[in-house]
Amino acid sequence: MGHDRGRLRGARFVTGFVAGTLAAAALVVCAATLSAQEPIEPAVPESLAAPELLAVPTGVQVEDTPNDRGASVNVTWELSADDESLRFEGYRVYRSAHPETGFVFAGRAGRGATTYRDSEAPNNEPVYYRVAVGDAEGGEAFSATSDAVTASPQWFNDDRVNVLIAVFIFVVAIVYFVNAARGGKELFIRRLAGLDEVDNAVGRATEMGKPILYISGLSTISDVATIAAINILGEVAKRTAEYNTRLIVPCADPIVMAVEQEVVKEAYAKVGRPDSYNEDDVFYLTRSQFAYVAGVNGIMVRQRPATILYMGMFFAESLVLAETGASVGAIQIAGTDAVTQLPFFITSCDYTLIGEELYAASAYLSREPVLLGGLKGQDTLKFIIGVLIVITVIVATLAATGAISNDFMTPLFITH
Amino acid sequence: MRRQLPLALCFIFGVFTAIQYYVPHFRVQWFQERLLQWLMTLLAFAFLLGTVSLIKVHYHKLRDRAPDRGFSLVVFAGLFTMIGLGFIHPDHHAPGSPFNQMFLNVQVPIEATMFSLLAFYVASAAFRAFRARTLEATLLLIAAAIVMLGRVPIGDLISPKIPEATRWILEVPNLTAKRGVMIGVGLGMMATALKIMLGIERAWMGGSD
Repeated sequence: MGHDRGRLRGARFVTGFVAGTLAAAALVVCAATLSAQEPIEPAVPESLAAPELLAVPTGVQVEDTPNDRGASVNVTWELSADDESLRFEGYRVYRSAHPETGFVFAGRAGRGATTYRDSEAPNNEPVYYRVAVGDAEGGEAFSATSDAVTASPQWFNDDRVNVLIAVFIFVVAIVYFVNAARGGKELFIRRLAGLDEVDNAVGRATEMGKPILYISGLSTISDVATIAAINILGEVAKRTAEYNTRLIVPCADPIVMAVEQEVVKEAYAKVGRPDSYNEDDVFYLTRSQFAYVAGVNGIMVRQRPATILYMGMFFAESLVLAETGASVGAIQIAGTDAVTQLPFFITSCDYTLIGEELYAASAYLSREPVLLGGLKGQDTLKFIIGVLIVITVIVATLAATGAISNDFMTPLFITH
Repeated sequence: MRRQLPLALCFIFGVFTAIQYYVPHFRVQWFQERLLQWLMTLLAFAFLLGTVSLIKVHYHKLRDRAPDRGFSLVVFAGLFTMIGLGFIHPDHHAPGSPFNQMFLNVQVPIEATMFSLLAFYVASAAFRAFRARTLEATLLLIAAAIVMLGRVPIGDLISPKIPEATRWILEVPNLTAKRGVMIGVGLGMMATALKIMLGIERAWMGGSD
């Protein structure tokens, strides 16, 4: 019995040993199997996965900006395939002195852009460019590096050769006619009714004992129309000084006022009436457009001038001024190169100098041969332009009908 | 010397300005930019001249008891009130500052009122222009009627030809005339500038003597 118990205890021991060994072996095998497998991650929806980078632009080209002051490079590229993607945030242009490294941000361009002008490139040093596309997540993908380009300033703008040729012809024509006039040649100038009427208008004001109002526009002294108006003012002032008629000149620009005071003063001195000049009659009103209109209209209504002259550059105030002048019964003569204001002056004024007639007025009124020579020079260039227009119309018509090649047209038109 | 110096300065700076149009190099453009800055500085001083002129003219009117001197009082009241309000607030452009309030609530509406008068003046000028007394005025009247009709839906309702005629009037005869005027203006400006630079035209400095 005791022997049986011993055998049973031994069998249990062996069984326990074998079972423990098998369990341990199973545990080791299981652990080894687990360690050999990929780590298991939780499933992630496709929409939250890391985004792919956008397609980079291709064909990056660079050139030194032509006819510029320097430090400028034009960068062009072909649109990224993802240009219209919602994630697309724009193009970023990078510059470096080395083709591989050191690229710094130069500027950005929006969706659909294929050009960028870098205005901070170093002069006379080769640089390289890359164009990157950026996405909403902050990702950035770079294009291939461009060829080297060197920004440089130019000493002559060859886009303006045509203007230079025209100016040269113009200068030659003016100098020729001025010299001809100095030599005593008679120059025919067509009648300008508005300017012929200036003498009558001054005479009328004198007879009525009323002042003349001279308005030289709202522009500054840097506007050629204002200078033309000042030139006319000098001639008008001589006449008012001769007739001893009051001349009122409200100014919208302080520099114009200073010049006009000097011009009127000189005109009065020239005709021997310096004592008739009243500095308070050439005065500053305001720079503000409609405050100026209110001031001038007030003068018109209170002073009732017999004659009002509008010469120079005018804007939206032209009709308000001219209609008020018409309402007080003044003779009105206008002259402006503002094409949009011409219809208003033509409607409301008795005489209107259209465009270039404003610039001819000083020469016309003074009848100085040298100034008239300048007018003939203008006419010469106008004739040349007229001939060129006719020739180009004929050539364009022939090209359109296929009678001549379109290539023939190319050198005729420089469109810069 | 009183005349030679301005003429010489005019020639030098005139020729330089003409040359810089053809020379884009930064060394030349740098100088051109300095010139423009000088011009701005001059302008700032010129406003002082203008203010002095304004005060002087209106002071003389008050002193001489001119019939319309009441307006001079208004000018002084406006001028000194705005100067005073400008000093009260450290940043007179700031929203809510007394200066800005006066500008926005007094000057701007008054100017807008003046501008709005244009509508009435357009009507009175149109009435005068469209009286068909001459051939030109009749043509103007017909063209204006077509253009106005062509710009509103009723023109198209009457006939689709009306908007087409409007476009033709604006793009062919109207544009042709405009371009003709503009070519003349361009040449006139060039000739005037050239005559001033060369000292041929001297009316701007008081005459030719």
